[in-house]
Amino acid sequence: MRWLLFMFMVLSFSTGAIGQPSEAEIEMRAKEVGRSLRCVVCQNQSIDESDAPLAMDMRELVRDRLRDGDSNTEVISYMRERYGDYVLLKPPVQRNTYILWLTPFILLLAGLGWFFVNSGRREDER
Amino acid sequence: MRALIPIALFLLMGLAFAVGLTKDPKLLPSELLNKPVPKFTLSELYDETETLTQEMFKGKVSLINVFGSWCVACNVEHPVLMEISKRGDVNLIGVDWRDTRPKAKAWLEKGGNPYRQIIFDNESVLAIKLGVSGAPESFITDKSGHIRYKHVGVITPKVWQETLLPLVETLKAE
Repeated sequence: MRWLLFMFMVLSFSTGAIGQPSEAEIEMRAKEVGRSLRCVVCQNQSIDESDAPLAMDMRELVRDRLRDGDSNTEVISYMRERYGDYVLLKPPVQRNTYILWLTPFILLLAGLGWFFVNSGRREDER
Repeated sequence: MRALIPIALFLLMGLAFAVGLTKDPKLLPSELLNKPVPKFTLSELYDETETLTQEMFKGKVSLINVFGSWCVACNVEHPVLMEISKRGDVNLIGVDWRDTRPKAKAWLEKGGNPYRQIIFDNESVLAIKLGVSGAPESFITDKSGHIRYKHVGVITPKVWQETLLPLVETLKAE
């Protein structure tokens, strides 16, 4: 009898976890998604941080979609379809952002190259 | 020779800023160009029992204007919309965004109501689907209900005469 009760509890707990994510989990994931989405009114804040009314509504929409069973990436691409790449706080690596992502490394290499060329020359002078 | 490096760097940065700073970061491209108006079910501002959906944009060339009684720039735009409405060039539809019914009605009472119908969207349901980031913002849809143009900010008489009206006329002929 005790076993039965135990099994029942385990089962009901696990189906709850699979079928419908708990409110606490939704809240946690909504925060995670919210942090990666830009508030389109205030531009340099995420919707998680922003007090703008539109950001509030966007947070609500994120929660609704998570409750309906969307994954985090599905919610993000839903927003991206509407607001474009712009709504992502971290720009994706794609053709039009290569310059953005590669410039620091190019500059680093150029700097290192410059440094070694120069240090070599200084030793020659000595 | 060495002295030229900082100058060259300065010129390079100057060039980058000259191009970069002229781009208005508030102008976001619309992802919805040439796509149908997203599905929605909302009520009319004056008639709460009337349900409005994306079907309302089929068969007519429409100008969808997102506004709110709280929106300061909308006061500037309002006379232009009244003029457009008087001439009847286009099916002018309002989206009352993040507003309350009494406030919106009072605002329209004051300056007149240019809209044929007004979608009441107090929770940004349609606004987010349209990718709206501020008011006023306007969209032009063709007869099949596809979005063909997005205008961010106030519709001035110049914008209307030079950009929007010619587009409306070509869409009507389509």
